[in-house]
Amino acid sequence: MRQDGRFGSFGGTFVPQILLPALEELEASFLEACDDEAFRSELDTLLDDFAGRPTPIYRCRRLCGDSGVAIYLKREDLLHGGAHKTNQVLGQGLLARRIGKERLIAETGAGQHGVATALVGALLGMRTDIYMGAVDVERQQPNVFRMRLLGANVIPVKSGSATLKDAINEALRDWAATFENTHYLLGTVCGPHPFPLMVRELQRVIGREARAQMLEREGRLPDAVIACVGGGSNALGIFADFVDDEEVDLIGVEAAGTGLASGKHGATLQRGRVGVLHGARTLILADDEGQIVESHSVAAGLDYPGVGPEHAQLQAQGRASYVGATDQQALDAFHRLSREEGIIPALESAHAVAHAIELAEAGRVPAGSMLLVNLSGRGDKDLEQVARLSAARNLDASDEQGS
Amino acid sequence: MSRYTQMFDRLRREGAGAFVPFTVVGDPDIDSSYRIIRCLAKAGADALELGLPFSDPVADGPTIQAADLRALGSGVRADDVWRTIAAVRAEWPTLPIGLLVYANLVEVATAAVFYQRAATAGVDSVLIADVPTVECELYARAAADAGILPVLIAAASSSDEHLRTIATTSKGYVYVVTRAGVTGAETEARLEETSRLLQRLAALQAAEPLLGFGISRPEHVRAALRAGAAGVIAGSAVVQQIADHLDRPQQMLDAVSRFVSELKQATKSS
Repeated sequence: MRQDGRFGSFGGTFVPQILLPALEELEASFLEACDDEAFRSELDTLLDDFAGRPTPIYRCRRLCGDSGVAIYLKREDLLHGGAHKTNQVLGQGLLARRIGKERLIAETGAGQHGVATALVGALLGMRTDIYMGAVDVERQQPNVFRMRLLGANVIPVKSGSATLKDAINEALRDWAATFENTHYLLGTVCGPHPFPLMVRELQRVIGREARAQMLEREGRLPDAVIACVGGGSNALGIFADFVDDEEVDLIGVEAAGTGLASGKHGATLQRGRVGVLHGARTLILADDEGQIVESHSVAAGLDYPGVGPEHAQLQAQGRASYVGATDQQALDAFHRLSREEGIIPALESAHAVAHAIELAEAGRVPAGSMLLVNLSGRGDKDLEQVARLSAARNLDASDEQGS
Repeated sequence: MSRYTQMFDRLRREGAGAFVPFTVVGDPDIDSSYRIIRCLAKAGADALELGLPFSDPVADGPTIQAADLRALGSGVRADDVWRTIAAVRAEWPTLPIGLLVYANLVEVATAAVFYQRAATAGVDSVLIADVPTVECELYARAAADAGILPVLIAAASSSDEHLRTIATTSKGYVYVVTRAGVTGAETEARLEETSRLLQRLAALQAAEPLLGFGISRPEHVRAALRAGAAGVIAGSAVVQQIADHLDRPQQMLDAVSRFVSELKQATKSS
């Protein structure tokens, strides 16, 4: 490798020896492509014409209107594919083609990254196999259908807990045997070097646009940038261009699930320990013996027991802070953004919205503050789940009234 | 002189290759696993390669992953694993014992603590499945401090630079991987590829090569030795015997024993 892929003491290249040549090839191609005008220009054209960039920022008109705090949303939910994922799959897809690969593989949890990979597979005419936990295949049928519609092959993974981490395990196993003709299109800023670096660079466009848009609209930078963190790609995407602006707070919102004390959460940065998972040294959810434990979140995209190593480093440096929003807070924010602004957010993004609401309404930031929230995806995929969860809530309420 | 060196010297005198079976400690439960490991040693294993069960073994295929999950599912804890290894060491003082682990198990405390624990249990070598050459330096140093031999994996796709690191760092033996599950016409091609890799390692004066991945039949053993390997490691095939006889403990031990004897027999020159 040309670089060690470290973010402080985090990151690195923890993979079986047999995969090193694949990562070396990928690193070299990525570094070369960064300096290649033709590559940049093809990617930028696709980002504009295919994906619909730039996405706007929108100043909420009603949400927290009484608090005197302005909440800006970076509208990645308007991107083709319905989430920020499309930004980086286009980059990796072009890179895969540049290296001469014929096949794409990817892991997916809720199916968003799988759908994004299937999009780019169709766009570039590459065979695409998506690994997805069998449990997730069952509960995310619409996305499974979308992937198949787009020509991708969905492979259910039955091993382990049959969810996202097992899908990653399976994709890594596939890649170890097939890397000569296959690119592993990893979906977030996790994994071995160069993935955390590469995915951040391909998502950096979010913050680059948003920073310029804030300056143009308000003549100043926001007081805080807020994004949800599962693996952490949308957060790093919007943080990256603000890291040097020391007056701007960077806040990542993790899934607090049913509460941090309950043990059922995805709050890796707040409650994790240092370990090695899926190719990187980072913070992970594991027991005293080093076995990985299952995470929990109402949002499948935040339901992962690891996190991108750069987030671990930003936290260690004190440059970014990480907080939690519970399932309930996220659901409440989901409903409020829908009813008060006419925008149905992804449950993942609703975690970031929930924290912005809390800051504004609990008076934790002064009136006149400006908060920039990355609305990383739209909520179409979550409608069925939210209907179910909200119906249960109403039922509980009427029970109480009746008793 | 390490137990591996003594083993390779003895095998050279006998004109035989090494047969090294692999099993996950604690599969399917700790007591059965202890019986299985004793059975491997008695049936003629020249050394043992033992896996520490891990929840997410990305370098292993479905067979060994299932074994890891069986072990963890039966409630096996690290203390049980170390106690079992120490008992095997007490019974077989000269048998080389290698561990196959994942980095997260090494880092759960500190690498120094892990290697010390391994040394106390009587382990000779440690291979970390997800620590390649670019990450191996700190681990190799911590291993050496505890008197443990660090083992690395070499593959046909490994660059010259990585093979040089492997040759200088991997002690006791080098774990050489070939592609699993190849048949017929492909076998000859694979044999040639493996021979070339073994020649590259020999030219760098690397430790003796043991060939792993896809060793399940006597002809695989003979082919590996013909290609120039000092021996073979059989993992999935041993574990499969366990998986096939989960409800019949005695048949399980018989099957494991038969398998080891048969493959050990194939290491002896005809």
